[in-house]
Amino acid sequence: MTDATLRVEFAAQPAAIRVRGYWGTVGRRLRYDYVTLFFLAVILMIVFAAIAAPLIAPFDPNKTSMAFRLKPIGFRDFRLGTDELGRDMLSRLIWGGRMSLLMGLVPVVVATAIGGTLGVIAGFVGGKLNMLIMRTMDIFYAFPSVLLAIAISGMMGGGMYNGLIALSMVFIPPLCRIAETATTQVRHLDFVEAARASGASSGSIILHHVVGNVLAPVLIYASSLISVSVLLSAGLSFLGLGVEPPTPDWGLMLSTLRQAIYVQPLVCALPGAAIFITSLSFNLVSDGLRHAMDVRI
Amino acid sequence: MTSSCWHAEFKKLMWAYAGRRIIYAVPIAIGVTVICFGLVFLAPGDPMVNLLPPDASPADAAYLRKLYGFDQPVPVQYAKWLLRAVTGDLGTSLQTGRPVISEVGRALSNTIVISLGAVLLAFSLAFVLGTLAGYYAGRPADRALTAVSVVGVSVPNYWLGMVLIIVFSVELGVLPATGMGSAGSDTFSLFNWEQAKYAILPVITLSMVPLGIIMRNTRAAIAEVLANDFVQTLRAKGLPETMVIRHAVRNAFPQVLAVMGLQFGYLVGGSILIETIFTWPGTGFLLSKAILTRDIPVLQGAILVLAMCFVATNLAVDLLQTAIDPRIRRA
Repeated sequence: MTDATLRVEFAAQPAAIRVRGYWGTVGRRLRYDYVTLFFLAVILMIVFAAIAAPLIAPFDPNKTSMAFRLKPIGFRDFRLGTDELGRDMLSRLIWGGRMSLLMGLVPVVVATAIGGTLGVIAGFVGGKLNMLIMRTMDIFYAFPSVLLAIAISGMMGGGMYNGLIALSMVFIPPLCRIAETATTQVRHLDFVEAARASGASSGSIILHHVVGNVLAPVLIYASSLISVSVLLSAGLSFLGLGVEPPTPDWGLMLSTLRQAIYVQPLVCALPGAAIFITSLSFNLVSDGLRHAMDVRI
Repeated sequence: MTSSCWHAEFKKLMWAYAGRRIIYAVPIAIGVTVICFGLVFLAPGDPMVNLLPPDASPADAAYLRKLYGFDQPVPVQYAKWLLRAVTGDLGTSLQTGRPVISEVGRALSNTIVISLGAVLLAFSLAFVLGTLAGYYAGRPADRALTAVSVVGVSVPNYWLGMVLIIVFSVELGVLPATGMGSAGSDTFSLFNWEQAKYAILPVITLSMVPLGIIMRNTRAAIAEVLANDFVQTLRAKGLPETMVIRHAVRNAFPQVLAVMGLQFGYLVGGSILIETIFTWPGTGFLLSKAILTRDIPVLQGAILVLAMCFVATNLAVDLLQTAIDPRIRRA
């Protein structure tokens, strides 16, 4: 082999093997995961409808009409019928998406911030503080999540804010545990030791080395909780906790329409179908993300 | 080492583990009582007023304040409350005037009936389907079955309950929509069709979430076992596939059984929405009534009992799993 051909081969090498970064791989996997893409599109549509509710809802969601109570699907201009007070179901479903998405997302975001921070602190500091934080979380684990949410909001009384607080409380322990496990694993790795040896402060180690490694499992787990949160918050509204009437909310609509299942069964099933589609979409997108990001929890 | 000696050693380890696990449950249980005690302080208003019927006289209030120790520091109040709770005194219902413990006790047995039914139904279905999915991992059959399990965990089961009522009670008229039948909870028997038919829809509805979760776990466990080297050995020595599956099932079984136990615990504590839909007189229905009427003593008592049941179930599952699967030795 001559020197010239060798040089050519070396030059050709980088072109032949294109190294794809982590996010490149994740993006590529997602691009070919049609199920995840489809349900992502569904979520985006629901989000869009919720944001643009005033523009796209055909009627005022709170305008009642005694004459048009409990009309079937397709009755005149009421494409999805009317509810027990004669309000347009389609408009209420579109507006209701706002509340349901809010109640689904906010508790998860709050719990991720609080639980994640607590978990990182517990994992990084270790020792007695870890004991204190994690054993406290264990106690909250001793309640089934539905029961804990109902216990807190049932005691505090109804209302959106109490519902949000209750759900956030429910999600803090699992997120804390995930963050703590991930942090404990990272803490003793060589690169953290190296950073410490080179004089980095705890704060900067956490910021630069720990958070990056903890974020993926925490965010993936949090994304799987959105579906739970949508289901639970609608359940709270269904029980009369959470959102208060006449605010359009899927759980609340399901609860008030329950009395009318003998009259208009199909119309009464609609809010539940909306909850189902939303929860299913978030679940599948979360699964797809987990798969694409190759995170094991 | 002889085999009997090994056995004795193993037994000793098991008992040590069981002892540790039981001791570990004690602080958790105490923590649960602290939270349940603290719940009353979450309720707006004077905790004393919350525990009294609205028509109570000031003399009654003063008497109860003294009795419950509400004039003393919080830790003393907690100690007094705990002492009473341990002896079974959880206060009196504001609505019915009956002791909370008897109300909760009656309801609990009804909840256990449908929870047990649901978890057994879910398990028998999910174990078969999950095994199939795990065996065909990655193939179309697996995808279809996985879709079923995702639907199971995503469906709002309170809505599913309504849909089932619409289909089977309103449209077809074959099953009763709500309640527990004329017999009531005292003489209820699952072996009498006239009564058992009231439990069918609640049981099916409740079984959806555990179905999805148990299926997912079974699939993962079976797929994991099948990826082991010994499976290749089994196939290499010419074992028929049915026997290979049997090996996988035997290995995965204890793990899935534990998941089933946990799901049972979740159902007992979390059947509130389903019981409300079907007006099934269990603890969940009791809770939802208590929320509506702001019956704080019932709320607190029921939550305490249910959480304790959950702690006990977790403990039992852990011990049982260690007993049947010697590979597990968690610290």
